Amino acid sequence: MNTASVSLGASVSSQSRFVQLALAAFLGIFVMGFVGFSHIDAVHNAAHDYRHSMGFPCH
Amino acid sequence: MTLFRNVVFIAAIAGLVAGVVLACMQAYATVPLILKAEVYEQAGGGHTHDHGLAPAATDSNAMSSAMPAEAATAEEEGWAPADGFERFAFNVVANVVTGIGFALILVAASEFAGGIGNWRQGLFWGFAGFAVFTLAPNLGLPPELPAMPAADLAQRQIWWTATVVATAAGLGLLAFRKSLPLAVIAVGLIVAPHIVGAPQPDSFESPIPDGLHHQFVVAVTLTNLVFWLVLGAVAGLVRGRLTGTATGLRDSFA
Repeated sequence: MNTASVSLGASVSSQSRFVQLALAAFLGIFVMGFVGFSHIDAVHNAAHDYRHSMGFPCH
Repeated sequence: MTLFRNVVFIAAIAGLVAGVVLACMQAYATVPLILKAEVYEQAGGGHTHDHGLAPAATDSNAMSSAMPAEAATAEEEGWAPADGFERFAFNVVANVVTGIGFALILVAASEFAGGIGNWRQGLFWGFAGFAVFTLAPNLGLPPELPAMPAADLAQRQIWWTATVVATAAGLGLLAFRKSLPLAVIAVGLIVAPHIVGAPQPDSFESPIPDGLHHQFVVAVTLTNLVFWLVLGAVAGLVRGRLTGTATGLRDSFA
């Protein structure tokens, strides 16, 4: 796969790049995990139809 | 933190658009089937959340024939949105919020590989997301309707997560490492979760008709496919605007 030649944060060092991208990915995993996997009843009930519609394990 | 800010910006727009699109598709394709299944669920004695105990409690094979009424009322489930608009509104919120979550993961992962250059590359990244988050886990754990038999929740969540991670790693190796041994390992990673096998329920006896479930699996798979394609394409579009597509095009022709 050919990659894009333009980088989003051209000025940042590769170490800082890694940290920032990892941070963004963890934020995404946290959000997804909270809505889709939380065992809290209120969260489960609020997102019930969504969980079923995404094929998340439910009930 | 400019990079982080840009990734969040792209993910927010892509997640918002794709989440709203998915919520609309669900309102027509999947939620009506869930509501139908809930009729069977109610007939079968209501929402049971004590998974481990459920099969033991229904050992008499009188499955759907009018369970005692107290079973339905005894269950204390805590707050839930009221049916109708409130339930729909919460579904939209859940779709947008997780849409942004999925977009964050997709955009961050793609930046490690050089970034999504345009909307067409975005389609391929989106398809990869669909394969990782929908196709692979749903092979072992097909989307369930309410009242369907299922194994222990925590075990299924662990299998789901492990399958997603293994499939993502496998696809990444296949796409970005040009070495035969690594490609073999990649295929192994993708296949392994299905050899281990998803946790299965003790009994497959279900009050839900097969036809209804099949319809639901198709609806879930297709709505998710469209969701991921929109997510990837919008992420590519927004990223192109942010970096200036012209440069990307010129370099790719050079």
